[in-house]
Amino acid sequence: MAETAANGGNNGSAAPAINGRAYPIEDHAYDVIVIGAGGSGLRAVVGCSEAGLRTACITKVFPTRSHTVAAQGGIAAALGNMGEDDWRWHMYDTVKGSDWLGDQDAIEYMCRNAPEAVYELEHWGLPFSRREDGKIYQRPFGGMTTHYGKGTAQRTCAAADRTGHAMLHTMYGQALRHQTEFFIEYFAIDLMVDEDGRCRGVVAINLDDGSIHRFSAQMTIIATGGYGRAYASCTGAHTQTGDGNAMVLRAGLPLQDMEFVQFHPTGVYGAGVLITEGARGEGAYLVNSAGERFMERYAPSAKDLASRDVVSRAMTIEIREGRGVGPKKDHIFLHLDHLDPKILAERLPGITESARIFAGVDLTREPVPIVPTVHYNMGGIATNYHGEAVTKKDGNPDHVVPGLMALGEAACVSVHGANRLGSNSLIDLVVFGRAAAHRCAEILTPDDKQPELPKNSAERALSRLDKFRNASGSTPTAQLRAKMQQVMQNNCAVFRTGEVLHEGSKLIHDVHKGIDDVHVSDRSLIWNSDLIETLEFANLIEQAVVTMDSAVNRSESRGAHAREDFPDRDDQNWMKHTLSWLDAATGKVIIDYRPVHTYTLTNDVSYIEPKKRVY
Amino acid sequence: MVQFTLPKNSKVEQGKTWPHAPKAGAEREFRIYRWNPDDGRNPRIDTYYVDTKDCGPMVLDALIWLKTNVDATLTFRRSCREGICGSCAMNIDGTNTLACTKSMSEVNGAVRIYPLPHMAVVKDLVPDLTNFYAQHASIEPWLQTKSPTPRTEWKQSHDDRQKLDGLYECILCACCSTSCPSYWWNSDRYLGPAALLQAQRWLVDSRDEATGERLDNLEDPFRLYRCHTIMNCAKACPKHLNPAEAIADIKRALVERQV
Repeated sequence: MAETAANGGNNGSAAPAINGRAYPIEDHAYDVIVIGAGGSGLRAVVGCSEAGLRTACITKVFPTRSHTVAAQGGIAAALGNMGEDDWRWHMYDTVKGSDWLGDQDAIEYMCRNAPEAVYELEHWGLPFSRREDGKIYQRPFGGMTTHYGKGTAQRTCAAADRTGHAMLHTMYGQALRHQTEFFIEYFAIDLMVDEDGRCRGVVAINLDDGSIHRFSAQMTIIATGGYGRAYASCTGAHTQTGDGNAMVLRAGLPLQDMEFVQFHPTGVYGAGVLITEGARGEGAYLVNSAGERFMERYAPSAKDLASRDVVSRAMTIEIREGRGVGPKKDHIFLHLDHLDPKILAERLPGITESARIFAGVDLTREPVPIVPTVHYNMGGIATNYHGEAVTKKDGNPDHVVPGLMALGEAACVSVHGANRLGSNSLIDLVVFGRAAAHRCAEILTPDDKQPELPKNSAERALSRLDKFRNASGSTPTAQLRAKMQQVMQNNCAVFRTGEVLHEGSKLIHDVHKGIDDVHVSDRSLIWNSDLIETLEFANLIEQAVVTMDSAVNRSESRGAHAREDFPDRDDQNWMKHTLSWLDAATGKVIIDYRPVHTYTLTNDVSYIEPKKRVY
Repeated sequence: MVQFTLPKNSKVEQGKTWPHAPKAGAEREFRIYRWNPDDGRNPRIDTYYVDTKDCGPMVLDALIWLKTNVDATLTFRRSCREGICGSCAMNIDGTNTLACTKSMSEVNGAVRIYPLPHMAVVKDLVPDLTNFYAQHASIEPWLQTKSPTPRTEWKQSHDDRQKLDGLYECILCACCSTSCPSYWWNSDRYLGPAALLQAQRWLVDSRDEATGERLDNLEDPFRLYRCHTIMNCAKACPKHLNPAEAIADIKRALVERQV
């Protein structure tokens, strides 16, 4: 995309204008700015507030509308409420789930801190489901085992099948308790980065009146979630456009492991809405058109509770080989009708309702039609286990970008590696949200004086805004977006081949170029959703391009990245993270690598050696 | 002075009729409230036609289809499209509900869409919910305890946990509060059903130790007692919750602590 050049801009011209007047800018200064108010953003906000740091949270939707609210099944932590458990087993499962692409120091950090993070949420009031003895109820989930793969673990702490909703509302309550300053329905346009490469804050537009706000901060934390909407069919919200990832790309920093896109096995056929893996945790199973429980063939021991990439591939093969259900034989059935209706009502009420509304199905009597659906982005902004953004610089693969952190689905810590386990996402949010707050408390001084912002720090964001506000090409945003979503859906799916990916790369770069011809109809400054959707599309397409090109580049199969032309994992050549930069001027993707952290954080656990991944 | 008619600049006028869908026969008429503070005009009702063959089954699908294919300036909130985020609350066919879970097939004739009633409108179907959110914050929606915090979880019996069912599931969509005539009249002082449902959620939580203070905060002729059991809230709630019952339970708790 043709952007005015690098950080701070260098064109020397006056700031872009509305009707000949410069955009008026309102300035704010905080110790910490958090962009995004989902699970990780709110956890960081609360932690930073507790630490006495002046903290503000910028969010494009009211906090409880963030997509964490839609998480269903639960949050993984080895509490051992339902039987013996150990965080080391959780760690082993996560490493295996990641297909050995996860950084084991970060995975250790997450798993050993998980119980404390869950108790903390409970102390804040999260209404977990309970056992008879009053302890938190935990359910089985895909890939979660005991004794290093031998037994089935019940590790996923649940609030019925509305865990994300319960969690997000609880955390919003805590933020209120700490009198957090929220800037709600503010859309972040671009980061401000100074000449030394330090992130200095962010420029945002207030949807309510179109005013421009410049937030300077000692630390900017990106918690903007994933970019599922780059695909035509995804379980994620319309607002899931990965705005933070794209801002980082435009700041000249790389994204990591973008080729790894998780397909959830059970999205409702047609509507794409999620049916939790917790359903299979409670005993649901998949069948093909022959009425066969086919997962027994693909994962003899874990069966329907194998990890998500494995189940999605098995379903795709069944459909491809003509054993799909329905008139077009293009989906699979999920059965819950054998379960006790009382269990369904108590533990799975949300999906019972979703199935009725979106599939017209009564779960107690009929199966739900489902199909693998884009669900989660393992890739994102590379960080260390403190949440600090890192890049490769002067040969150092762990160079910390000063002033910048990333959390949650926007980040790539990397604890999920090539494939995330169900219920490891919510725990990722709170453990690393908390870690980031601890780090901020450690390295920042409250109310520390910030050096003056470079004069033209807002210019890059403003010229970007102005360009789209007045965009009068011939292609409406929605048309470009539909094209991008179709290319990603067709050419970067569950199974991939070099040929299809190369074609996809050409097609997606064409869509990217198409943005110069975009047309925005709404010229208003008040709640201009046409403009915001255009800014979001521009963010999505940049991520789509690096996703496709990273997928072309990785010639092996690992986790969610399944290459039919390279069916095996290749640890010799590919046990490394992909870093992808986007050259704004030419749209060219530049690829480099970071080594996987093949060491643990402490001596309490030793490095888990790679082996064949069988469920 | 009492005003019996809408102010001149609030009268809703007949708006634009947009082109028919390409394939007639499979189209559905939509009549949608429009208001743009920028253009200085009165609010108006635009008429649109949706090609139902090219569009999902829900009202939100139709709104997105219109924004994509007919009029990109049509403005509304939406996010999760599965009834859990609460963004797309609006008045459809005379009832407050979520556009994403309301099927077009449930509506007879033209689909009439207005913003949530009695709220200041920001633009088109986007209401200003600032006051609604402040009321929710005023009930202090977080766990308050005095006992020393345990190392692990607070124990809560299975039965005590079940008391939260029907309360904690609220998605703050504001369908209930903006359907309540008492709230329309006194939204400056009456907390409204959504905030009170959440008040009850924390009152009955067996872990919470601030019941007395919470009840003190509610014992007020306006904050709580403006509920006149009209029950529109329970009828409107897209999550099938019953705020009116929760309010009745709070009133009962206030009586019980007197005796």
